[in-house]
Amino acid sequence: MDVSIIQLVSIFAAAMAVSFGAIGPALGEGRAVAAAMDAIARQPESAGTVSRTLFVGLAMIETMAIYALVIALLVLFANPFVK
Amino acid sequence: MNHSPLQAVAIFHIGPVAIAEPVIVTWVIMALLTLFAATVTRRLSLLPSKAQTVVELFVGAIDDQIRATMEVEPGPYRALIGTIFIFILIANWSSLVPGVEAPTAHLETDAAFGVIVFCSTIFYGVRTLGLSGDLATFTQPTWVMIPLNIVEQVTRTFSLIVRLFGNVMSGVFIGAIVLSLAGLFVPIPFMALDLLTGAIQAYIFTVLAMVYIGAALAEGRQESPTTPNRK
Repeated sequence: MDVSIIQLVSIFAAAMAVSFGAIGPALGEGRAVAAAMDAIARQPESAGTVSRTLFVGLAMIETMAIYALVIALLVLFANPFVK
Repeated sequence: MNHSPLQAVAIFHIGPVAIAEPVIVTWVIMALLTLFAATVTRRLSLLPSKAQTVVELFVGAIDDQIRATMEVEPGPYRALIGTIFIFILIANWSSLVPGVEAPTAHLETDAAFGVIVFCSTIFYGVRTLGLSGDLATFTQPTWVMIPLNIVEQVTRTFSLIVRLFGNVMSGVFIGAIVLSLAGLFVPIPFMALDLLTGAIQAYIFTVLAMVYIGAALAEGRQESPTTPNRK
């Protein structure tokens, strides 16, 4: 099996993209969930609105991690430098 | 999982046109939705049947969302927004049917939706404000922002496309990986998570489409009382 240096670097780059790309959204989602928990604990009657908005916000934040995943997949499966 | 998630494999050809699986699934969903709408709305009455009540509830919910997000009467936008939501929802959930891959897990379907939203922002903007009024929104707040506003039009459409694609595709992808690693019943919790993700992504895509179209209308509405005074 012939593995070129470009393929090696691509696999490494994909792993790096996902691992470091996941840090920011993970911290952000943690903060968002913590704030939502706090809000629900203070005002249990607004739990419906808070959790609906939370889900939308989480999906927005998660998109950043998804971008990293898409880049990783591009590097792995649609790499223009690999013949 | 032996082919790239970025490629669609052609199943058969009609003349020079290659037909891939997402196209077939898309047309089946379209046919089912049309059939459903036709059968429910065939006998509308003032004393609604059960099916009519459910559909009326749904239309009412979409109308409320449009009123809340775009702050306009929902009439001209109900068909577009409602169709986008229902279609993406059904398309995201269609991967639960064995052997069917969600058409939104392929970039082409999402790109089509993104282009539809992009064109409809221009269409509704021009229809409400006129061509010069719509072009004038690019100079908001000052003319220095023209290049940024043009770039924003493209990038927000692109992020709309990639968001839907990435979320749905990653769900399908994780399901396939877990299935190949662990076995038959292990992916079930992931599929349940897919149901939630699919619904949320359909909702977000629809809300963002509403926000973009609403922004194209609202910039003119804030402008219209002030521009005659200034001239």
